[in-house]
Amino acid sequence: MKIFGHKPPLTAWIGLAIIALNLFVAIFGPLMAPYSQSESVGGTWDVSSIKMWLGADQIGRDMLTRLIYGARMTIGVALATTIISFSIGITLGFSAAVLGGWVDTLISRLVDVILSIPLLILALIILGVFGSSIPVLILTIAVLDSTRVFRLARALGMNLTVLEYVEAARLRGERTWWIIRREILPNASAPLVSEFGLRFCFNFLFIAALSFLGLGIQPPFADWGGMVRENSAAINFGLLAPIWPAMAISVLTVGVNLVVDWLLSIEARPAGVQAEL
Amino acid sequence: MYRLILNRLGLGVLTLLAVSLLIFVCTEILPGDVASAVLGNQATPESLAIFRKELGLDIPSHLRYFNWLWGALHGDLGVAMTNKRVIIDELTPRLFNTLFLAGYAAAVAIPLSVGLGILAAINEGKLTDNTANVLTLITISVPEFFIAYLLIIPLVVSLGWFPSLSTVFPGISFAQRIHITTLPAFALTLLVAAHMLRMTRSSVLSVMSSAYIEMAFLKGASRSRVIARHALPNAAGPIITVIALNIAYLVVGVVVIEAVFVYPGIGQLMVDGVAKRDVPVIQACGLVFAVVFVMLNTLADILAIVVNPRLRHRR
Repeated sequence: MKIFGHKPPLTAWIGLAIIALNLFVAIFGPLMAPYSQSESVGGTWDVSSIKMWLGADQIGRDMLTRLIYGARMTIGVALATTIISFSIGITLGFSAAVLGGWVDTLISRLVDVILSIPLLILALIILGVFGSSIPVLILTIAVLDSTRVFRLARALGMNLTVLEYVEAARLRGERTWWIIRREILPNASAPLVSEFGLRFCFNFLFIAALSFLGLGIQPPFADWGGMVRENSAAINFGLLAPIWPAMAISVLTVGVNLVVDWLLSIEARPAGVQAEL
Repeated sequence: MYRLILNRLGLGVLTLLAVSLLIFVCTEILPGDVASAVLGNQATPESLAIFRKELGLDIPSHLRYFNWLWGALHGDLGVAMTNKRVIIDELTPRLFNTLFLAGYAAAVAIPLSVGLGILAAINEGKLTDNTANVLTLITISVPEFFIAYLLIIPLVVSLGWFPSLSTVFPGISFAQRIHITTLPAFALTLLVAAHMLRMTRSSVLSVMSSAYIEMAFLKGASRSRVIARHALPNAAGPIITVIALNIAYLVVGVVVIEAVFVYPGIGQLMVDGVAKRDVPVIQACGLVFAVVFVMLNTLADILAIVVNPRLRHRR
């Protein structure tokens, strides 16, 4: 079987399977969860049993059920963040590349300043001022993350704006927005797809870390980072309760990374070689 | 070369100014103001007015920025909103703790990952390289706390070699401090080393594929000589830049790792500040993180200029 005209290697298949499973659980989760999300069905940190495959959490709720419900929230928030971040980053990046001049200088310098300190620190400052709610969380991280997308999009746009067909479009009087949409975007899409995977992983881990610090997605919503935090005391007794949600996070990011690695290896090949494969 | 270094220093100072402005603006962009946000909708106009005055919010914001910056330059970071403590007194020992932990991790991670990165690069495509690739990909993909837990289960719970809570206190001996911080430092090392190894590998590889390396091979130099004499001196600059970039991961990692091990560092102070929405504490911690980060980056860039063989001769 081929995807995008290429045969994925085994590692990419594993990655694709992991992503598909996670999306399936995120969409249909509530239909397949064995218990209800807030119901206490066991004791604190009960170990795995046939009744509860992954044991219970800190107030006796079924861990597997919480994980299934958490998938929707955790993946949904990270996905929304990445989509917004890409919309902002690509629009600004391509505009900067096509328009050049003071627009480019202004945005680029602002991005330089934002990127000169770690994003986590800026995110903490903004969350500290606004307080943490899901819309604030998504917007904050999307805006901060869009700086990285901007850099890539600008670099890609810079390489494309000097090509003849963009020049031709410009000379026949097309508008800037049309040039961005019809000439630049289609030709820059391949690297942007793999970047989307990488940014998703970054945002997903970033939100998980914030939730773990108690500053991300707030209870009563089940989310994987928050579940690690709630169950973290169990680790000192050698219980596996916080390991499960942490593992769910890890498996998804490893899966996405495996696919991205494959996509990057396709792009790395020169165009002629690609045609032969 | 000296001009380049001076330029870089100037740029560092400019960046710091811009960053301090950014941090200040971030805490000012709230619709309404901090006082009404913190007190919530139960605030009476009188309590709001008192609180605003206490925070100095009755002064125009550009003046407040200069006051804040001037104070910060003199070591006065203000007073915490919630417990009225002088921030600088609370911050200094914690900053030392964090720098100790980060320095410990860096001291292990840098030689380890640069060595392994070079090793992976010169064995490109062989077993060593492939193993390193898969292992580092997995390490990069997992969250910080997962790595920490995977270390805690065998080393703390089963073997009992280390305490699970890294509580350090004033007057602790150096040996004790090392023992207590080993586990968090180990977790941090794994986090940073993976990134550093991958980036070192790719920067050595990009040097190895350049024309003068091929030239050296073609004139008959041995492989080890090409690597030691031609490739590494030119790869040193990029490697230093890689190390500096990874300080970002170290700084981000330190915040989470401190939370896992309840280590009294500046990351914990900042997270507490954010949870309590204590704006002066958040500003102060953010500024300190930014200063450390920008300083390290500037230092790395200057080092990269110094070691670059192409910039060594006088023009």
